[in-house]
Amino acid sequence: MRYAMAIDTKKCVGCSDCVVACQVENNVPIGHCRDWVVEATSGTYPDLSLEIRSERCNHCTNAPCVRCCPTEASHIVDGGIVVVDHDECIGCKACITSCPYDARFVHPEGYVDKCTFCIHRVEKGENPACVSVCPTKCMYFGDTDDPNSEISQLLRKRKWKTLIPEAGTEPNIYYLT
Amino acid sequence: MIEQIITSGKHNIGIDPVLSIWPWEVPADLFLAGLVSGLLIISTFLTLIGKRHDYPIAVKKAPIFAPFLLLIALFFLFLDLSHKMYFWQLYTNIRWTSPMSWGAWTYLFLTPLTFIWAAIHLKTAYPNWKWPYEWMENTIEYLKQYRTGLAWAILGLSLTLSMYTGILLSAFNARPIWNSAILGPLFLTSGLTSATAFILLNCPKGSNEKKLFCTVSLISLGVQTFLIIHLIMGYLSSDLAQVKAADLFLGGEFTTSFWIMIVALGTLIPAYLHVLYLKKIKVPVIIPSILILTGGFFLRYILVEAGQISHW
Amino acid sequence: MIEEVIVSGRSNPEIDPYLHVWGWEIPFYLFIGGLVAGILFFSAVYTIRGKQDDYPTAVKFAPMFTPLLLALGLSALLLDLSHKLYFWQLYTNIRWESPMSWGAWTLMIIYPLAIVWSALWIKDVFPKWDWKFKWLEDWIEIIRQYQKYMAWALMVLSIVLGMYTGILLSAFNARPFWNTAILGPLFLTSGLSAGAALIMLLSKKEGEKRLFARIDLMLIGTELFLIIHLFMGFLAGTNVHIEAARLFLGGEFTNSFWIFVVFGGLIFPAILELLELRKIKIPHYISAILVLFGSLALRFIVVDAGQASRWLY
Repeated sequence: MRYAMAIDTKKCVGCSDCVVACQVENNVPIGHCRDWVVEATSGTYPDLSLEIRSERCNHCTNAPCVRCCPTEASHIVDGGIVVVDHDECIGCKACITSCPYDARFVHPEGYVDKCTFCIHRVEKGENPACVSVCPTKCMYFGDTDDPNSEISQLLRKRKWKTLIPEAGTEPNIYYLT
Repeated sequence: MIEQIITSGKHNIGIDPVLSIWPWEVPADLFLAGLVSGLLIISTFLTLIGKRHDYPIAVKKAPIFAPFLLLIALFFLFLDLSHKMYFWQLYTNIRWTSPMSWGAWTYLFLTPLTFIWAAIHLKTAYPNWKWPYEWMENTIEYLKQYRTGLAWAILGLSLTLSMYTGILLSAFNARPIWNSAILGPLFLTSGLTSATAFILLNCPKGSNEKKLFCTVSLISLGVQTFLIIHLIMGYLSSDLAQVKAADLFLGGEFTTSFWIMIVALGTLIPAYLHVLYLKKIKVPVIIPSILILTGGFFLRYILVEAGQISHW
Repeated sequence: MIEEVIVSGRSNPEIDPYLHVWGWEIPFYLFIGGLVAGILFFSAVYTIRGKQDDYPTAVKFAPMFTPLLLALGLSALLLDLSHKLYFWQLYTNIRWESPMSWGAWTLMIIYPLAIVWSALWIKDVFPKWDWKFKWLEDWIEIIRQYQKYMAWALMVLSIVLGMYTGILLSAFNARPFWNTAILGPLFLTSGLSAGAALIMLLSKKEGEKRLFARIDLMLIGTELFLIIHLFMGFLAGTNVHIEAARLFLGGEFTNSFWIFVVFGGLIFPAILELLELRKIKIPHYISAILVLFGSLALRFIVVDAGQASRWLY
């Protein structure tokens, strides 16, 4: 079991619904967010091309935040989801500095918080909130260990990339390009 | 998973399948350069702090070998060049971004100075030595007045040379094993360790000097171990290319040679033997010294080889 | 050319626009860690070499400050934690991959040792000291027999502590400016140099002052050498490392680093120490304070710059 997410940059319009859905679903405190949308413009005017990406924790297979956590608060559960145990987190913030994606933040209550792939929904067989709310259906969630899952088929069919693979984190959010 | 293969049949000699353009000549040059600069650093440093007469072997005798070792090193470097007849082009350019260039210039300035440094110490080390011509004798006597100035110049240049032996490799980010900022300090330390081993080989039994250099050698081996630990930790906490590259030493091709030749035989065992010696247990000093010198060579050799194999 | 902007308005406090999760507490704590490592290292080394009476400040007096300093450092660390009441979780886990964890454990071991070590010397420093309880006195006498072993343990642990202050930062490849193998040796050297400076500051013996001025001079030389390698390493590194180095070569930290750390904290005190060694009268405390200040500034700037250096956006 290896949960992953694929996001079709060709279909994404950057509406930020995923961001709002996450804040509502996970009761993310005001002023904070677990996911965000990036617009990447490349080229030289007037030949510009735009790529829109919805980003969040990459639930890395080789997660630096898990390695540097002194208390095992940050850990990987079945399915490869990286989660933070609030009662073990001391708030040393080493994981925040260790994350090349800047996906983590300090919750006003003190512990470190981040995207959980909506593990409470996934356990019930549902999709994460951001995926289920996406109006263009550009986000896919599933098990990449299962060759028949929609996400595995997409990753076979389409060209994709991950963010900063050179950092060696082995991210599990794929961007279909 | 991405698999990339060259389909047009690229078989450039020395480049494919793995890079091997620098076989033994460059590591041998780096080792000798490290050793010589170590000898010169020790000799000039002791001169500058006014301990010239307390440690005759280190200050006076050992540097006599320096110019010859340096010539051998230069010869190896020359052997490595593939377009030999054009080597003089090195000296029509000064390029600060190229370590090859500043290494070459350092050699150019340092070599004559080491000859002078050796010459002014020749008579004190071998009292029976006679210069064939009077003018030689006079020039050397004249040069002796400038001993302090010379010592400063040589100290500066030999520190640069020693650093260069590491920077030559670490200046390239194309080879992940080499691309570590710790390589300069590591090669400098290793050069100093080799120099202490060389001095120990020449020290008379039971002299104070021998005891001092045993201690110096021990400290320098300690620093070397410390830097090797940092080297490996540095690879493992760096980007993917370096983490993969470190596998060469942690289970890969160079695991045995690295940990046995460099770490065990070249560092830990001689350190242990030095400790025994300092505790007055009889150990022929030749054993740790030879181990350190071979370890010093293998450090360069293995890092040069591994660096060429590591890639993006 | 690629320009990337976050359009959904991410503004997580302390993360955006620039990471700033570690304020003054962590650099201060790292400075104290290095300073304590330096003091204990010199004390242990000169005990092992049997020079207790030649260098009384270094061996006996300076370590008295370490329990207090460690308390200050640990309080700063505790202040930095955002989930303070759970701090004890640090000591229910040993995780070798996490420098935070092995640093916490090293401190845990070194702290009681530092207290016992100071207790062993207290009667030498304050002859009138009275241990009030007989059993305390007896205990200390028993421990005294193992002084040499303790010195060895302290020597090794102080090196680990000094190294840890650098590794804590360099273990992350997410922040290019920290991700260099040279940071461990650099912070260790800087810590030893701060230790030597404090000993110089406290010492009343001319010979001892001169010895530590000389040691400090060599350490400053090493530090400059390592700083040169630090920047050469960055400039020879990957693109993100080159960008990170630019913060210091024309960027935001250029003035503060080269003026406060390199000139004010290293070159200028080195010149003063050289003049002192040549018997020109300059009060020792000037260079000592400059070195301590430079060492503190180094941590502040490196911690800040690391957080400002990044891979994305």
